[in-house]
Amino acid sequence: MKESINITIIDREDAPHAIEVPLGIDLNLMEVGKGSDLPIEGTCGGMALCASCHCYVESDHDIFDRSDDEEDMLDQAFFVEDNSRLGCQIKMTEEMDGLVVKLAEVGD
Amino acid sequence: MIETDIAIVGAGPVGLFTVFEAGLLKLRCHLIDALPIPGGQCAEIYPKKPIYDIPGYPSILAGELVDNLMAQIEPFKPTFTLGERVEELERQDDGSFIITTSDGTKIKAPVVAIAAGLGCFEPRKPPLENLAQFEKKGVDYIIKDPEKFRDKKVVIAGGGDSALDWSIFLADVSSEVTLVHRRSSFRGALDSVEKVMDLAKAGKINLITEAEITGLNGNGKLDSVEITHKKEGKKKTVAVDNFIPLFGLSPKLGPIAEWGLNINKNAIEVDTLDYSTNVDGIYAIGDINTYEGKLKLILCGFHEGTLMVQSAFKRIYPDKKLSFKYTTVNGVQGFE
Repeated sequence: MKESINITIIDREDAPHAIEVPLGIDLNLMEVGKGSDLPIEGTCGGMALCASCHCYVESDHDIFDRSDDEEDMLDQAFFVEDNSRLGCQIKMTEEMDGLVVKLAEVGD
Repeated sequence: MIETDIAIVGAGPVGLFTVFEAGLLKLRCHLIDALPIPGGQCAEIYPKKPIYDIPGYPSILAGELVDNLMAQIEPFKPTFTLGERVEELERQDDGSFIITTSDGTKIKAPVVAIAAGLGCFEPRKPPLENLAQFEKKGVDYIIKDPEKFRDKKVVIAGGGDSALDWSIFLADVSSEVTLVHRRSSFRGALDSVEKVMDLAKAGKINLITEAEITGLNGNGKLDSVEITHKKEGKKKTVAVDNFIPLFGLSPKLGPIAEWGLNINKNAIEVDTLDYSTNVDGIYAIGDINTYEGKLKLILCGFHEGTLMVQSAFKRIYPDKKLSFKYTTVNGVQGFE
């Protein structure tokens, strides 16, 4: 069992940020980004209720099994694409090693 | 003019509970909230979600917590201004404040407690370049009076309950209703979805899915919108009188940011001695404030409000002695 994984978050200015994420402490992608001082508001605290952690999955991780809550929220977000996810709903597990996501624009 | 002891900006759980603690000190409160109902996020965003960290409640739904708080503060007869956003704050010569709301309501109080959570909830606006220039000239984010849309050509965008419900309602009022949604399926209440599908089949709603509004046109007043089908990239222009984007609400700090308070990352800096801000007489409690070690928890907000009213009492009655009483000993002496 690995103790950490490596992921990349690309910010809105297209700059990639390589981040080592510890496993076993139940982090989600929104928390990881916020913890690395990237511009993710995470306003609702991770309840899939604000879309401020909206991002695009750029690597070939097949993680598009969204909950109804997440789909609902994406219906209210903008710039939504087929590879859109809410960062707070992506759990940092061993399978996420090598994940690359790009932060979506936030509307007004 | 409404006069009170403490004007509380924000009627979420923390603002509500502060009424109780203020009441124990015989201080009256008036609450102001941009939402039309009390409860803040708990009522507007997640009323059916359980909260597990309210002391004494292994689990309580957010909506139930609000109901309980309303019952708990009832003896202290709080008054409310709901559905209005605070706009201006003016300090008077006697040190008190007058708050003016978006509808022109004025509230005078010697103490202001900002319990505004994440800010006030405002409609999410789609990222369309010239959206602002058509606001109130064909673009509406909230439907206050549906009669405004009688015999008009209306385009609604969104896929949630409010987009569905208003499409159904306006199908009988407006001359033409077009509903545009980014996906092929809807996640609103099942019977609303079925109703919309039936109305679409009957030709009463023009349903366009997997599409979005990509442009607004008009000269001084909206006269058409551009709809782009996402998969094929096909664009078409539809003549309209009104465009109603319904993408839910998101919190904004709003005019509070202009009140001369020290703001750090959308939160108001406070002294943890009494949760006072840099402006004498203004306090900030709950999620809206920040200090070293701050946790945005309802239970922390309750604590902050409780300590804050002690300081507010001293400000309002500098010469009066305050003796601390347990409710278990004294009971709750409500107001007439």
